[in-house]
Amino acid sequence: MNTLVLIKQVPDTEAKINVAAGKISDAGIKWTISPYDEIALEEAIRMKEKSGGTVTALAVGDDSVQNALRSAFAMGADTAIHVKVDGYQMLDSFGIAKAIATAIEGADYKVILAGRQGSDSDNGQVPLILATLKGWGCVSFAKKVEVSGDKAVIECEADGGEAVYESSLPVVITANAGLNEPRYPSLKGIMASKKKPIESKPVNIGAETKIDVLGFEPPPARPAGRTIDGADAAAKAKELVKALREEIKAI
Amino acid sequence: MAKILAVGEIAGGVLRKASRETTSVGKKLGDVSTVLIGSGAAAGAAEVAKHGAATVYVGEIATYNGEAYAKAIADIVKGKGYEIVILPHSWIGRDISSRIATLLNTGVVSDATDISMDGDRVKIRKPVYSGKAFVSLKVKSSPQVITIRPNAHPIAESAGAGAVENITVDAGASKAKQVKFEAKSGSRVSLTEADVVVSGGRGIKGPENFPLIEQLADILGAGVGATRAVVDAGWCDHTLQIGQTGQTVSPKLYIAVGISGAIQHMAGMGSSKYIVAINKDPDAPIFKVSTYGIVDDLFNVLPPLKDELKAALGK
Repeated sequence: MNTLVLIKQVPDTEAKINVAAGKISDAGIKWTISPYDEIALEEAIRMKEKSGGTVTALAVGDDSVQNALRSAFAMGADTAIHVKVDGYQMLDSFGIAKAIATAIEGADYKVILAGRQGSDSDNGQVPLILATLKGWGCVSFAKKVEVSGDKAVIECEADGGEAVYESSLPVVITANAGLNEPRYPSLKGIMASKKKPIESKPVNIGAETKIDVLGFEPPPARPAGRTIDGADAAAKAKELVKALREEIKAI
Repeated sequence: MAKILAVGEIAGGVLRKASRETTSVGKKLGDVSTVLIGSGAAAGAAEVAKHGAATVYVGEIATYNGEAYAKAIADIVKGKGYEIVILPHSWIGRDISSRIATLLNTGVVSDATDISMDGDRVKIRKPVYSGKAFVSLKVKSSPQVITIRPNAHPIAESAGAGAVENITVDAGASKAKQVKFEAKSGSRVSLTEADVVVSGGRGIKGPENFPLIEQLADILGAGVGATRAVVDAGWCDHTLQIGQTGQTVSPKLYIAVGISGAIQHMAGMGSSKYIVAINKDPDAPIFKVSTYGIVDDLFNVLPPLKDELKAALGK
């Protein structure tokens, strides 16, 4: 069974994000695979180790996203597709999903795994748009995945509890935290990743953009707070309750 | 006035707070009607009418199904010519908003913390990079599909006609179907709807002390949260995790107990209106975003704090 994993390259979660003139500055940013996508990739590799098949990692963007695909090779992906688009815009989910749909036209993936959201946009739109474009099932926030025969059984976090879904194949599944603990790439994997070929597929998505990005800004500053002083912990507790009741009326 | 469809949430005949929020936001932006799909959906019609819903589309279905919900809502939007669709950025809203937009061949913007009209377009602002930056967006195609952050938008009273129109929601053709569901919410208020959240970090030292967090929450009628460190250590259930790889909450009051304030945690609670931090390390980053900070040992602060709160709240 062949599995496709959607990989997004994002700034490291520890990275400082600088905004200048309405744009995000790339300077000094260390790039990495989005954390949830790493979980998705780990799941695909485990499925392969258990039942065979191949794992293909796919990333959309300019040439720089090939680094994320190399990292995917190092973890254990067999093949990689770079969907090369001009004017990649991280928030243009429809365009990105359309580009992916175009790039995988005719391929025979039974399971498409992705993180539940990119850690840059925090949207979680692309997997659902892709599934809907293709007419496939999509199950969000998976914490356990079993594929057998022509169906997938997915346990997931759901609204107010936990749910089990059954889906026909192909199916798009988004990975939640808790699905697995991604492995560290082995030295052998890292060495081998440098030599594996990445298939480049240029796709023009310019006409498909459905979002206007008006500009970025730094987060609004929070009003200055104050330290609650007091002779001892009890005095501080008393003063805090007073402030909560009388100053901000929050309780 | 823009023609707006607000998407609400209802289960077991109990209307979710999110329904009041999407309907109130819709009313603020234009002429709003509301769609309620779920078990016992009819029970919510009169309730959303109080927030301005002119028509309430009611779809009865026993089990949640993303494909079926999305198709039913997209059909209403197409059939009645709605220009704007507003959903909560809840579990359900995240699962169906992109499907609805795609069925309507249009764009979607998610998790708005600010929303306003700019001509015939909805302008939203939302946090990106875990709250380290914000971006302003518009959908340029039509209709416009938008999700709004739960608990971050005011609920307003405004009488609407509330004319009920029944719709059919059919999961028969869906590729993925729910075959089992286990409720896990317990008796406490849900984290994303809670006005007050009390959250524990590594400073609580061990699982035996997590009940201190729960007791404080119960006095306040608050939701209970935790940091990733606490969840990873197995001191509480993973569903309580707040932060980049957990839930995002926007309560009026967030009480961080023994939490240092890692950037990944702040991503999940940074939009709280007021933040209280209790931590013995005066240099903990959480104090930089706190409305009130107590620099002291949490084990000394919590007992008198519980007593003071009980006295103040008459409990």
